[in-house]
Amino acid sequence: MVNKRKRQSFWSLKLREIGTKRASSPIASADEEGLRKQIAAWRRRVKLTNQVESPSGIPLREVYTPQDMPYFRYVSELGMPGEYPFTRGVYHTMHRGKLWTMRMFSGFGAPEDTNRRLKHLLENGETGLSIAFDMPTLYGYDADHERAKGEVGRCGVNVSSLADMKTIFEDIPLDRVSTSMTINAPAPVLTCMYVATAQEKGVPPEKLKGTTQTDILKEYVAQKEWVFPPEAHLRLIRDMIAYCTKHMPYWHHISISGYHIREAGANAFQELAFTLADGFAYVDLGLEAGLKVDDFAHRLSFFFNCDMDFFEEVAKFRAARRIWATAMRWKYGAKKQRSMLLRFHTQSSGASLTWQQPLNNIVRTTIEALAAVLGGTQSLHTNAYDEAWALPTEESATLALRTQQIIAEETGVPSVVDPLGGSYYVEWLTNEMEERAYRYLEKIESMGGILEAVKTGYIQREIAETSYKRQQQIEKGKTVIVGVNKYITTQESPIKTLKIDNAVQKRQIERLRILKDQRDSRKVKESLLRLKSTLMDTSANSMPAILEAVKARATLGEIMAVGREVFGEWKGPEAF
Amino acid sequence: MAAHVSLQKPAGKQRRIRILMAKPGLDGHDRGALVLCRAFRDAGMEVIYSGLLVTPEQVARIAVEEDVDVVALSLLNGAHMTAFPAVAKALRKTGASDIMIVGGGIIPDEDKRILEKEGITGNFGPGTPLKTIIGHIADRVEKKRHRKR
Repeated sequence: MVNKRKRQSFWSLKLREIGTKRASSPIASADEEGLRKQIAAWRRRVKLTNQVESPSGIPLREVYTPQDMPYFRYVSELGMPGEYPFTRGVYHTMHRGKLWTMRMFSGFGAPEDTNRRLKHLLENGETGLSIAFDMPTLYGYDADHERAKGEVGRCGVNVSSLADMKTIFEDIPLDRVSTSMTINAPAPVLTCMYVATAQEKGVPPEKLKGTTQTDILKEYVAQKEWVFPPEAHLRLIRDMIAYCTKHMPYWHHISISGYHIREAGANAFQELAFTLADGFAYVDLGLEAGLKVDDFAHRLSFFFNCDMDFFEEVAKFRAARRIWATAMRWKYGAKKQRSMLLRFHTQSSGASLTWQQPLNNIVRTTIEALAAVLGGTQSLHTNAYDEAWALPTEESATLALRTQQIIAEETGVPSVVDPLGGSYYVEWLTNEMEERAYRYLEKIESMGGILEAVKTGYIQREIAETSYKRQQQIEKGKTVIVGVNKYITTQESPIKTLKIDNAVQKRQIERLRILKDQRDSRKVKESLLRLKSTLMDTSANSMPAILEAVKARATLGEIMAVGREVFGEWKGPEAF
Repeated sequence: MAAHVSLQKPAGKQRRIRILMAKPGLDGHDRGALVLCRAFRDAGMEVIYSGLLVTPEQVARIAVEEDVDVVALSLLNGAHMTAFPAVAKALRKTGASDIMIVGGGIIPDEDKRILEKEGITGNFGPGTPLKTIIGHIADRVEKKRHRKR
């Protein structure tokens, strides 16, 4: 091998900086000398036998003191809320000034079922919408496709055409509510459907507020709802970034998601590192589209998981803000403060919910929601207690919303910004999270970037390894899950759950038949032909052609089929 | 955990259990399936993984081509009542009804009874210990091999 001197990456420079900081011992004052003696004496007195690790495997001391971070500097590492490096929060007054958005992930059955649920939640104090789509929609198949058999409306709402999208938002004022859509591979199509729905209601795209998830990179490693090869999806995302930056100034076109990475089995700092790596890849993509970093970076948003590891979660959120701000400023040369803000949505952990003793899940969700709030989230979904069994009932979803409302209105937690800041433990753990994330970021860059790391299966293997280890810990009883491997009840009493009827599929198929009967099929054909030639020309922006096809009443499946024809489908690396 | 131990030391010439782990549907939630692949292998089985997004017919074809004893199906998308019986049907169609099927996922009790009638057993829910799943598979294979002798 040629011995080539490599240019130092930004991440390795950051790691070196941390190393230097650690090595430099500050001048000991009399007070610090006293502290050192006190701690040494305490250690002699206290018998310490058991080794304890955080759930991510970080060894933990019994107690943290200033001695654990003699290099800690308030101004450079924390700063004030709403100011660089934003460790303490992205806004000056955080939840005291404005509560987080209560955004419940909802969607099931046919569009009218979901429309009713959305209106119910809004009437009960929800402050933002979030739509869950079913598997056929997520994979870009219509309800009448062979592969959709048995899956329509089961994991979310089915959307096969613009008509379905319009039904979901019937009687909902799109100029006043913000909508998040958990859609990735077909994100451009669903965005166009939302735009068309709004336009028909007289709301122009420039007024629309909301988010499409669009984060395909984490699909390849975690949720695995991809359609095309990575390069094709990234090109479509590039088009979306450019289009939305120009026409939809309030739209978050990508929600860079750690949630699914965590659910797939990653630990807290893996979630942090892989999510940020994906985030920086999207910044690169925007730059590649010819945009300036300060023109689009502020529209990138994040989406994290909040699991049961209370302090790790808080530390993770704080570290995420600091790393993003630091890299946006120094690696990407962002000048505007808004480009440096890591704003995020949080969902309490689905994987932490247990099928056994489901009422325990209310307690889990409460603890996770509290950590998310203390970590400075901008919006929050709280899982319902029955979600290890099925999609939530109206009753359980309402209770989950109430959980947030109780935290917001009764605990006093929102009154003070970053109340855990300054805790020796939390600050130390924040630094740990940061350093471990930098190590992964450096490793990924040295492998040739995130796309390489995804295509070779490196990230997937890292996640699977952690997930298998955790399962083994559970099997051995070293990791306790109440009701699952300890405090087991022999007789579980069943709970009432939401059932999705097969009639939903029949109804959706019938609707498609009528739609195809009534629409101008020549217009549809022409729009799909134009779309095909646009997709084949990599320098073209595909969004206008997709919007045109949507408006001509081409279905989701038909539009995605054009993509499948042009780009082919992705198989993914060997997973086992 | 007798089944686990006996698997790692197969008696005499008896071949190791060959198992196909499959997700027959539009479902990318493979955390459980991947954990099971490793657990089956660690328990001494020969494991083949279908990968994602295979159809029930493809699952049956792989099962026959790979000459497996067992097909383990995992779905978390609520489509088990359509997809699992479809795999059973496809296996029957190819004359491979001797291949056993076990299932797992989020499967309500009332569905379990129907699946059992199709010969799909186990139907383990979230939180099931790995040894329970492995023991169930080993028992079924053992019983069947015993009947053949």
